[in-house]
Amino acid sequence: MELDALILSRMQFGANISFHILFPTITIAMGWFLLFFRLRFLQTRNAAWEAAYYFWTKVFALTFALGVVSGIVMSFQFGTNWPGFMERTGNIAGPLLGYEVLTAFFLEASFLGIMLFGRGRVSERVHLAATFLVALGTTLSAFWILSLNSWMHTPAGFEIVNGQFIPTDWLAVVFNPSFPYRFTHTLLASALTASFLIAGLSAWQLLKGSATQGTYKAMRAAIFTAATVIPLQFIVGDLHGLNTLQYQPAKIAAMEGIWETERGAPLTLFGIPDEAAGTTHYAVKIPKLGSLILTHELDSEIRGLNEFKGAHPPVAPVFYAFRLMVGVGSLMLLVAGYSAWRLWSQRRAPKISLPRTHLWVLAGMTFSGWVATLSGWYVTEIGRQPFLVYGLMRTSEAATTVPPPYVAFTLTAYLLVYGLLLITYVGVLKYMAEHPTEHAPDAPRGALLGKAGV
Amino acid sequence: MTWAEFLPLFFLAVMGLSLLAYVVLDGYDLGVGLLLPLVNDVDKDTLIASIGPFWDANETWLVLGVGVLLIAFPMAHGMVLQALYLPVAMMLIGLILRGVAFDFRVKAPTRYKPFWNRAFFAGSLMASTSQGWMLGSYITGFDPGALGWAFSLGVALTLPAAYVLLGAGWLIMKTEGALQARAVAWARRALWPMGTALVVISIATPLAKPAVMAKWFALPQVFALLPVPMMCALAFFAMRWVVTRPEVIRAGYGWVVFANTVLIFVLAFFGLAYSIFPDIVMGRMTVWEAAISTASLNVIFFGVAITLPVIIGYTVFMYRVFWGKAGSLSYK
Repeated sequence: MELDALILSRMQFGANISFHILFPTITIAMGWFLLFFRLRFLQTRNAAWEAAYYFWTKVFALTFALGVVSGIVMSFQFGTNWPGFMERTGNIAGPLLGYEVLTAFFLEASFLGIMLFGRGRVSERVHLAATFLVALGTTLSAFWILSLNSWMHTPAGFEIVNGQFIPTDWLAVVFNPSFPYRFTHTLLASALTASFLIAGLSAWQLLKGSATQGTYKAMRAAIFTAATVIPLQFIVGDLHGLNTLQYQPAKIAAMEGIWETERGAPLTLFGIPDEAAGTTHYAVKIPKLGSLILTHELDSEIRGLNEFKGAHPPVAPVFYAFRLMVGVGSLMLLVAGYSAWRLWSQRRAPKISLPRTHLWVLAGMTFSGWVATLSGWYVTEIGRQPFLVYGLMRTSEAATTVPPPYVAFTLTAYLLVYGLLLITYVGVLKYMAEHPTEHAPDAPRGALLGKAGV
Repeated sequence: MTWAEFLPLFFLAVMGLSLLAYVVLDGYDLGVGLLLPLVNDVDKDTLIASIGPFWDANETWLVLGVGVLLIAFPMAHGMVLQALYLPVAMMLIGLILRGVAFDFRVKAPTRYKPFWNRAFFAGSLMASTSQGWMLGSYITGFDPGALGWAFSLGVALTLPAAYVLLGAGWLIMKTEGALQARAVAWARRALWPMGTALVVISIATPLAKPAVMAKWFALPQVFALLPVPMMCALAFFAMRWVVTRPEVIRAGYGWVVFANTVLIFVLAFFGLAYSIFPDIVMGRMTVWEAAISTASLNVIFFGVAITLPVIIGYTVFMYRVFWGKAGSLSYK
């Protein structure tokens, strides 16, 4: 494989988006957790809720900062690495990205300042409103970005004039066929990622003896959320699959490792797909189940990869990533369900008492949401290849004309920085969990004191 | 002028003003980042506390400015960003380091704090010099020759100096006592290098670009434009007057330094805009050639017309909430 600007750009964008997505997937749902903690505190005046709020605000701020800086990189890479994308889809992608900045990005960035540093400077009501606006901002941000992303999978509401995509119906563009499923699936993924992070770090605190009153509150909220959300996630995932089968059959064929079109297709639990040979080796199959899951009918036809020669995604990564996502999701279902049952039985107790092995399992699954989200993201994005806009524009048509060594150089630099930050981020979360009172909530707050004029 | 002709101009104005807002707002906090190594650990916390609530929103103006370029002028966006590939990457890595250092320096174990302080400075330096480089090569129309290179280098060194002055001006307003006195001294030292560099750049630009020369030095425009350099000079000497007289600062006129640096930025911005207009990439592409369809511009026009005033509204609210002197950093 020759390392040209296209492949290097794809590696760079892949690395960048993989790094970026880790942080919004936490902050989108965590913003709503914070609002809940804050509301509970204002209702009950119980200091435990406030402790939970301030501890998780710190985690939120750190995560948010990483999301912002990596997001800025992405907004530039459209121009530096994929100029062809905006030149052809600019009429559609431009307004969607524009609305993201105008309605979401400024909102969250501005009110985060008030949320973090504003206590004592603004009333409780305004502070609560700031917390709400930050949560709203992160969610709106996801709305616009996923609208554009979904449009690239299931383009709608446009006509092509001189090679350019010209919108004809904006409602059809924004609410394109896969958007409702992808948006819901992503929001639920965020809820799960944040829940398992909160539960996992809280379990770590209980194991290390650094738990505070806030730890119990946060852990209960997180586990009950996860247990509620994960069954929903399986249902939405299934609906998303039906939608994908309708619009992107080649992606489904790659996910399932189905080569020949057949009726009553089996479900392949595991195997080693071999693109050159056009088959899946060592496949463990359950007859008919593939058709049943994908179409909800036993004998319906599933189109195989061989029908999409030259226009189907690379099979192996999609196939493996899908199994990883479902596997981690199933593990989450078991752990969240069991944990919720254990906690429900001690719902009147002031403290949580779980066996240490149980706590270790929760702590071990702190970042399980990341694994599931990333693998799900790979399924959907690698599954879109070789197209950038499904069926209409190939990824290769958008690549930069910048000399490959430049791209190789910046790719290396980004990888180094991302590696450093990822290690530091996880290390700092661990450190913060073990020293939760280092910056206690009743310490003087507000970075700025005194209200004298300039 | 028809609506279709007007819309690209509207977005050009929004883009220009966003980038101006960015240069002023992130300019002062980048400047504070550049000044960070000069103070002890306690004052480092104060310096960072003075920009803590603001930096995130400040940086968003860059995303809006480049976003409008991307949204409204995608052809120019691709051309500009590919030509600036390496400095853009360097700026982004600088912004990443700086943005995360904010949080890591107080949340990571204490022994790593010096590392993150240095990352904060290094990130600020990388971001501001590469922005200067980008501005310089944009002005020369991405001239790859030695002259273009020298010009870009000149701007790459000048912009950080201007940011330092802006940052010092910000700190004069936000700090008290000994730290404020030091901020005055930094402003005094940054003043002459920045002023000289600006004069050199202002002379070099028309010399390097005949089109710019023609726009500025033809009669009768030259008289209409004369107030621009004159106001710059006035602003410069007003600052010099303030920073060399401690009693003027004590009397409450410290804000003059910040305000006049902003004034010089604004004048330089309009001077530059006048030089380039109506091209969006000098000598290669006009605003109208680069714009997307009127229908799509309409869609965003209403969004901008409604949201931008709201954004400005809550930005003002935020600055009012955090009005006043910066205390010690107590939270994160």
